[in-house]
Amino acid sequence: MPNTLQITTRGDREIVITRAFDAPRIFVWDAFTKPELVRQWLLGPPGWTMPVCEIDFRVGGRYRYVWRKEGGIEMGMSGVHREIVVPERIVATEKFDQSWYPGEAVGTITLVEQGGRTVLTQVLQYESREAREVVLKSPMESGLTAGYDRLEQLVASMARGEKTA
Amino acid sequence: MQPIGYKQDSPEHLDATFAALADPTRRAILARLASGEASVAELAEPFAMTQPAISKHLKVLERAGLISRGRDAQRRPRRLEAQPLREATAWLENYRRFWEGSFQRLDALLDDMQKQRKR
Repeated sequence: MPNTLQITTRGDREIVITRAFDAPRIFVWDAFTKPELVRQWLLGPPGWTMPVCEIDFRVGGRYRYVWRKEGGIEMGMSGVHREIVVPERIVATEKFDQSWYPGEAVGTITLVEQGGRTVLTQVLQYESREAREVVLKSPMESGLTAGYDRLEQLVASMARGEKTA
Repeated sequence: MQPIGYKQDSPEHLDATFAALADPTRRAILARLASGEASVAELAEPFAMTQPAISKHLKVLERAGLISRGRDAQRRPRRLEAQPLREATAWLENYRRFWEGSFQRLDALLDDMQKQRKR
């Protein structure tokens, strides 16, 4: 089975991501939970850095990420850990500073090792089907790569959409 | 030119499209129709499923605008409507690209981490 990324929707409110990695689970766990490692890969498209990567890794602990694009555009995200089962499961809330989708999302990361290979399942649950739809229509990449004026346009049009709903 | 993802579709339309795509039988039906239109009997054949059961799936696909009915009164063949499917998969592709980039970096990092710990 190849390591290819799979993305599907599930039910009304969820996006499910699965991806396998050629590494034992503890390495993948570290890469997801240690700030000095997270900031090396959780960057999306090229041209972005992660000037802030803080993780208070315990139940009730907060995390905070800030990404910056060359040119100064910034995107911040933070949340609280709800559940931690070492080295297999993390449940945490997530919310973007400049949120282009309504409400807060809950992310569940599960790691399963199969013969030296680790399968990641990431479930993102949005507050409503409309929130999920906004994410799928204008995903993180668009939010991160769009010029600031385009992001403002998007937020304004979503606000108009909500008003007429 | 309108960038992908800014298209103003109704929430219900998009939701119906994703619900339609979320079932493996329905995806198989769409794959079959990509080769040409087919009647309900023809579509039911590869599955261990009754025609009424297949018809339920077809209704979901029709509501989502992913298939339409032909005019042949006897056969009522179904045909694929490509545009809604293209739109839905385009949005998923944007989302996928973000995560692919990140996970490719993670692959490289994991490789480094394993090499370092072996020394």
